[in-house]
Amino acid sequence: MRRSVFTGGLLAALGMVAGMAGGSGSCTASAQQKPATADVKIDNFSFGPAELTVPVGTIVTWTNRDDIPHTVVSTDDPKVFKSKVLDTDEKFSFAFSKAGTYSYFCSIHPKMTGKVVVQ
Amino acid sequence: MFRRKEKNEILHDHNNDGIDRRGFLKCMAWAGTGAFCVMKGGVLSSYSLSRIAEVSAADMMGELSFAQISDSHMGFNKPANPDVAGTLKAAVEKINGLSEPPEFLLHTGDISHLSKPEEFDIVEQILKDARPKEVFYVPGEHDVLNDDGKSFLERFGRGSKGGGWYSFDKKGVHFIGLVNVMNLKAGGLGTLGHEQLEWMEDDVKHLKHSTPIVVFAHIPLWSVYPEWGWGTEDSAQALAYLKKFGSVTVLNGHIHQTMQKVEGNVTFHTAASTAFPQPQPGKADSPGPMKVPAEQLKSVLGITDVNYVQGKHALAVVDSSLA
Repeated sequence: MRRSVFTGGLLAALGMVAGMAGGSGSCTASAQQKPATADVKIDNFSFGPAELTVPVGTIVTWTNRDDIPHTVVSTDDPKVFKSKVLDTDEKFSFAFSKAGTYSYFCSIHPKMTGKVVVQ
Repeated sequence: MFRRKEKNEILHDHNNDGIDRRGFLKCMAWAGTGAFCVMKGGVLSSYSLSRIAEVSAADMMGELSFAQISDSHMGFNKPANPDVAGTLKAAVEKINGLSEPPEFLLHTGDISHLSKPEEFDIVEQILKDARPKEVFYVPGEHDVLNDDGKSFLERFGRGSKGGGWYSFDKKGVHFIGLVNVMNLKAGGLGTLGHEQLEWMEDDVKHLKHSTPIVVFAHIPLWSVYPEWGWGTEDSAQALAYLKKFGSVTVLNGHIHQTMQKVEGNVTFHTAASTAFPQPQPGKADSPGPMKVPAEQLKSVLGITDVNYVQGKHALAVVDSSLA
């Protein structure tokens, strides 16, 4: 249930990006500023960068560049985010709306760990 | 990059903990062949199937023989092997061509690549052509991706306990199928978990010490290369329950190459994949599908055949490549 709340937040954030890209004329600059984005690549069974620092509100997108599927799963309890299984070239995005340190790992290959620091 | 060496038969003892580097490399020289296993009362002998012609018929005969296949990764379609169905069929042909027909098959996991129903379907369909009609499965991490293994268990876990573990007996040999790919913890290795360990302790408690034991699970139950996650956190506890037995054979997959280690009463063996090879531990930036020239692919894929002879303290394991 909690996850659906987060997913909803993510969709809203992404929807906003899409709205901007679509050139919606009704956007007001202050409320509709394009959120910051950051990328993490999954390559050779590792997250790069393994530690990423971003401002509050950033949408982080993970892309799997391996020939093997991976996941991006929060290690917090309850989990803050959990991707579906990402096959080659598939992506997962999450909008970090609160400051904090978010550790995560690949639940298939748990040696793969990473961290997002939101300031 | 990936060399095949002629020396295929390996049987060496390590009584120290961890991996003997020299022995380890020697094991690695063996990578890429399938195995035939013969159970002979307590020590495991193994022969490469690429040299099966040199193994005497007496050594291959026993009360019980079975074959292990692993890591079929149905659904994988990248350059390392664009036809994993074709190579699985080749594995079935290899099994059907063995002079001692195995009585059943063990599949040590990663049946599918993405846990999709159609991937499981294809594997089941192809294995119907194998002469042995009975197949025992344990899941790999690729088989339990989406629903904590629910669909895997519905399909393959009939009669299993908890998260899919079970045991059965064949001609006096006790087989234990373990699951070490669920509830993995960040930074960790494969995990059996408390519930499964308790079940296992109870499962073997009443067995005679002379009962030969075969344990099979996906991720190796010994520390092959923890840096790549090739090991199981709590395997020592599982092995402690088996100390009293004279003959213990542990069969695993996951690492897509054959390796063998003997430690006291326990022989560890990993099988080749039927889909694609992986690099030798530490010989690449990471594990993962390793590309070899197309004409060499079948030489680095394989099956494992196991034969048990009552009264002799050995389980013979023979790997054979699909070449």
